[in-house]
Amino acid sequence: MAEPTVAVEAPVTAEGDLLPARQVDLWRAVRLGLVGGLTAVFVSANGMVEAFSERALLGRVTLGSLLLVAVPLLVGYLAGRPPPVLQGFATPRPGRRNIAGGLLAGLLTGAVMAVFVTLIATFDVRRVLLNVTPQLVREDPRLLTFGLDLGAGLVLILTLDAVLGAVAGTLHLLRERWRRAVFVVALWVLAVAMLQPFVVQVLRGIQAELRIWTAPLADFLYEPSGALSVLGAVAVAAAAFVVHVLLTREGRRPLRARLSSVPDRSRRLLRLAVLAGLLFVLGLLPQVLGPFLSEVLNIAGIFLLMALGLNLVVGVAGLLDLGYVAFFAVGAYVTALLTSPQSSLGVGWIFWAAVPFVVAAAAVSGLVVGTPVLRMRGDYLAIVTLGFGEIARLLFLSDWLKPTFGGAQGIIRVRDITIGPIQIADPQAFFYAIFCFVLLATYVTYALQDSRIGRAWMAMREDEAVAEAMGVNIVAAKLSAFIAGAMLAGFGGALFATKIGSVFPHSFNVIVSITVLVVIIVGGMASVPGVVLASFVLVGLPELLREFEEYRFLIYGALLIFMMQQRPEGFIPSRRRAQELHEEEVAQDAWLGETSRAGPP
Amino acid sequence: MTLFQIQGLTRDFGGVRAIDGLDLDVDAGEIVSVIGPNGAGKTTLFNLVTGMIPADYGVILFQGHSIVGLRPSQVLELGIARTFQNVRLFPEMSVRENVMVARHCRTRSGMLKAIFRTPSFRREERETRQRAEQALAFFGGRLTGWRFETQARSLSYANRRRLEIARAMAADPRLLLLDEPTAGMNPRETQELTELIRRLRDETGVTIVVIEHDMRVVKGVSERVVVLDYGQKIAEGSYAEVASNDRVIEAYLGRAATA
Repeated sequence: MAEPTVAVEAPVTAEGDLLPARQVDLWRAVRLGLVGGLTAVFVSANGMVEAFSERALLGRVTLGSLLLVAVPLLVGYLAGRPPPVLQGFATPRPGRRNIAGGLLAGLLTGAVMAVFVTLIATFDVRRVLLNVTPQLVREDPRLLTFGLDLGAGLVLILTLDAVLGAVAGTLHLLRERWRRAVFVVALWVLAVAMLQPFVVQVLRGIQAELRIWTAPLADFLYEPSGALSVLGAVAVAAAAFVVHVLLTREGRRPLRARLSSVPDRSRRLLRLAVLAGLLFVLGLLPQVLGPFLSEVLNIAGIFLLMALGLNLVVGVAGLLDLGYVAFFAVGAYVTALLTSPQSSLGVGWIFWAAVPFVVAAAAVSGLVVGTPVLRMRGDYLAIVTLGFGEIARLLFLSDWLKPTFGGAQGIIRVRDITIGPIQIADPQAFFYAIFCFVLLATYVTYALQDSRIGRAWMAMREDEAVAEAMGVNIVAAKLSAFIAGAMLAGFGGALFATKIGSVFPHSFNVIVSITVLVVIIVGGMASVPGVVLASFVLVGLPELLREFEEYRFLIYGALLIFMMQQRPEGFIPSRRRAQELHEEEVAQDAWLGETSRAGPP
Repeated sequence: MTLFQIQGLTRDFGGVRAIDGLDLDVDAGEIVSVIGPNGAGKTTLFNLVTGMIPADYGVILFQGHSIVGLRPSQVLELGIARTFQNVRLFPEMSVRENVMVARHCRTRSGMLKAIFRTPSFRREERETRQRAEQALAFFGGRLTGWRFETQARSLSYANRRRLEIARAMAADPRLLLLDEPTAGMNPRETQELTELIRRLRDETGVTIVVIEHDMRVVKGVSERVVVLDYGQKIAEGSYAEVASNDRVIEAYLGRAATA
């Protein structure tokens, strides 16, 4: 295989001929510092700092104070980052300017913050900014000045922010590997501190279920206040550091490469062992997690079910549906109508008898929404489906249909799922039901994507007119995409109804549609692993950390902006998307002697 | 035997008559070139035939049946496939998948079969895949092997054009409409494609109508040349006949400045 010749020669070769290195831009540091300052003011003024101060992380450091110090760290890091090296320019040697950039940015952040603190200490702005409470500066615990008086607090803010900025800038003096080590360690400590309720429950659960003495570990890691103990933090940091160093040591072959060198038979055994281990973990998971955490998982699971369905509609078929909650509501209401003895039908069937009707009703509702929007694309489709979602909610709420759906009172006493004599009522048992449905939905997603109809959907997403010209019946493709998505959402609704035990119209507002859409955008369009991860992070975490609940949509918004700018293809992109958005165009023209080449270059 | 017949085809865009009472017959197994200055209505003709835009008046007969008013997917199913002047692939799908899409109208399995992976579904998938690879193999090694898995968007310009032809051929058409197949190709590639168009007809018996600007290609492939100007047919015949036709020269070069 011939080495492909490099098309562009470097303009100069000898080191001495290179243009001088591009240095850290101090004006950029100034801009970043001001942006950082405004960010810090924003999170203080909207009450996030105060709300997050309830959660202790490490000693006296709370999540709120962490939020404040994270800003100068971040802008300091960004400001100290050397500009990208261009061809023909020398590589800048890391040095004072990286630190100076960070220091400058941190100092400016502190300055903006100091102005804000002085302002709210002098004037009462509560009439305008409701969340600027006296507890921020005037009264104890004086969150913004870290408990100090105004004068001392201002000095502290300025020095602390400048020092933190400089420290973050100093990171650029480290070699890549060690810089990464710092991030990994910080991330682990932060994660263990933040997920305290989760970690404690898991450790205690393991002890209760498996009789392994893991509970003392929880006492070692955390103080009674819920904060990480100093020793615990050191232990987590050390463990993360050692693992990172081991994983990145030189000459280490990546896992995939090592796996492929294992002989076939042992690889099959290994796969079996991994599968058995997974099943074992899954079997014990709800018991280990306890009722509360299982409930969190169940909520995330229902959203995951919906996200998998919407992924077919938006990610694969390219039909932007903002009224997806309508199908979810149909599934929930049909289940409630058929299984609740107190519904207008009053039949009180078991759950499984209602399932075929859920499927049928969801399919019909997919058809009903799909038919009028057949001729619409893109933005227009989004607006019309948004309307349909609201229409569905208002119909369920209306007085007109009150005899059937119960209006605002909804339908109560929805029956639990039963398997023979076993009733699936508590969250732990329910987890298995959700898990089975999610597994099924995942399989269906993969099976449909890799089929005649899946290819038709993708072709329609890429270019509707050409897909039609290449023989795809657009009417059938659109309707089938809507129906498939509606069915998965219908299942989600059915599970939701039995889990809650009642259905009310207000559970089905537009926020549900938006949340599901955010999940698939952040996770990665048309990517099943991405959707799974995103539904746990975006739906599960806010349930776990209640202080996030109030700022959930602010965080979603910030996350969306960040994702669109930095990783538009999502956290775990599907293979195609990643290539589309990042890979350079590969020039594979005839003069490169392509026919002689056997494999990819 | 006449495979394809157009009578009095007319289409207006606002005040502009893009196709004006056009008559055209194409015999089975022929290669016909359609030429004409820019804006003569060549691409509009293809759009009308494939049903991508509706005709105002006129008759289009394919194998004796009228195809006016059919949807593009139905036209393809009857056996008329086309390529596009500005290559229009499915950029995020792999090379093989692009071609497999064209088999859509020749296959039947729906959602349920796909979910349950029935034996008939598996067989159909296998055949679709084989047929797609076979269509791609027509271009030698250019679109086969590891290229099956690459995305259409990462192909070179010439390969995109080839892929479009392979995609159209995978639908088993009786009539293939090629819209400027050599636009943007270098002379070597153009030469290669000229030979290939002939080979395509000889091996599969497909009838080909090609819009082309490159006169070497027109001369090289066509058994008959049709010249359009302002939506009307101004000349028809062999390349030599057409090339010496006064009206054609006038259409291309403008009226001679005679006193």
